[in-house]
Amino acid sequence: MAPGQYSTDPKQHTLSPIVTGATVIGMKYKDGVILAADTLASYGSEARYKDVCRLKKVGEYTLLGGGGELSDFQYLSDQLDEMADEDWLNEDGCFMGPKEYSSYIGRVMYNRRSKFNPLYNQFVVVGKKKDEPAHLMYVDHQGTAFEENFVATGFGMHLGIPLLRNSWRADMSLDEAKALATKCLEVCFYRDCRAYCKIHIGVCNGTSVDISAPIPLNHFWGHGAWTEKRLEDDDPTATW
Amino acid sequence: MDCITWSPAGRILQVEYAMEAVKQGTPVLGLRSKTHVVLVSFKRAQSELANHQQKIFKVDDHMAIGISGLTADARVLADYMRNECLNHRYVFDSAMNVGRLVAQVADKSQQKTQNSSKRPYGVGLLVAGCDEKGPHLFETCPSGNYFEYYAMAIGGRSTSAKTYLEKHFEEFESADLDALIKHGLEAMNKTTSSDQSLTTKNTTVAVISDKYRELSSEEMQKFIDGLEKKEDEPMEDEPAPAAASGDAPDAPAPMDTSG
Repeated sequence: MAPGQYSTDPKQHTLSPIVTGATVIGMKYKDGVILAADTLASYGSEARYKDVCRLKKVGEYTLLGGGGELSDFQYLSDQLDEMADEDWLNEDGCFMGPKEYSSYIGRVMYNRRSKFNPLYNQFVVVGKKKDEPAHLMYVDHQGTAFEENFVATGFGMHLGIPLLRNSWRADMSLDEAKALATKCLEVCFYRDCRAYCKIHIGVCNGTSVDISAPIPLNHFWGHGAWTEKRLEDDDPTATW
Repeated sequence: MDCITWSPAGRILQVEYAMEAVKQGTPVLGLRSKTHVVLVSFKRAQSELANHQQKIFKVDDHMAIGISGLTADARVLADYMRNECLNHRYVFDSAMNVGRLVAQVADKSQQKTQNSSKRPYGVGLLVAGCDEKGPHLFETCPSGNYFEYYAMAIGGRSTSAKTYLEKHFEEFESADLDALIKHGLEAMNKTTSSDQSLTTKNTTVAVISDKYRELSSEEMQKFIDGLEKKEDEPMEDEPAPAAASGDAPDAPAPMDTSG
């Protein structure tokens, strides 16, 4: 369309995500809260970008993990960075914590969906501010928001949550929590075609927020049942 | 004459006159320990038939203001502050930072000193609140200035309260709540002229921690009964403001400054 012209078509909003991230796993542990996500951004079913960090440090005490539309995740990340800068500019030593950020994100998401123009994400916002209790909140593109002890987004809701229900305890050590999150993402990698075998783990313990370097997952595809030549392979009526 | 015109002496008289309006109100004072802030106000009734004019306004659970000057202007600012706190709770699910709200109010006041078609607010606020950094006490002025204090008194006859607070403020930090209230009333008692005294009707005491509470008259009566006996010394009042010169010190201003 030439500049100055206007369209007579109805205004269009994003109604489905394009470049997407998959599962995010979050859980509280003894001294804080952790977040884990794989490093893949898919373009439809294509594994398009394999070295993306879907965890984001926000302010001083908070971590944001995002599944769904990656550009929307990046947009919100930038907005939150600006808010964190404002805290710093006030020079009063007050910084927002996970409670404030998660509530804000929830309001933004609900506001956008109410304009029929959602940010197409499922977020997990976690953090721990000094001696306050650890905070973990789920927020999605419809503005649904709730607090939990552990949470998973995307396919992880189906593949990860059962493992978390069985194994999560409030007094888990950091290593136990990391192992459980890794296990969840490993199961996702085996069964979710949008998942990947490299992950980031973020940890908030009240004094620091750390996002790990990419960690490769162990995976094994050599099981007998998967490699054995099977009867159907010779079946002339088979379609594969 | 508008409020953006300099005087030959390099002053902005309209703003200074607005600052004088603060002194036409009755005194209000605040003081803080490491856990609480206490606001004490001395109220005036417009006539025998009228209620006492409210001087302390709750802004949010963790914040309140004490006002001196034009009550109508104060109510506008209280309204603004309440809205800001409510908005903050809605968006961030947490209490608003006291210092930042005070800075916003000060910015609002400052804008009214730089526009010829506006007039500055005629009210001073003592803002008491508790946030993540503990209790705070601020004063805001019509000029857009704001300051933080351990203890402060504003309004007419507040000088004698200030003198008391200056003498005792080092004890406030570690004082318990009862001692803090006692100091507050003691300081306020110094502002009353010889023919009046503090009563549960003309005095309000508000206690701010992460909750807001006003003392009931029974509670207050106990503190008032325990006040030191006043000596009959002549009150040294601040000089009458230039704008009001000629008027008797207690003569009502042409507008309602009973706050």
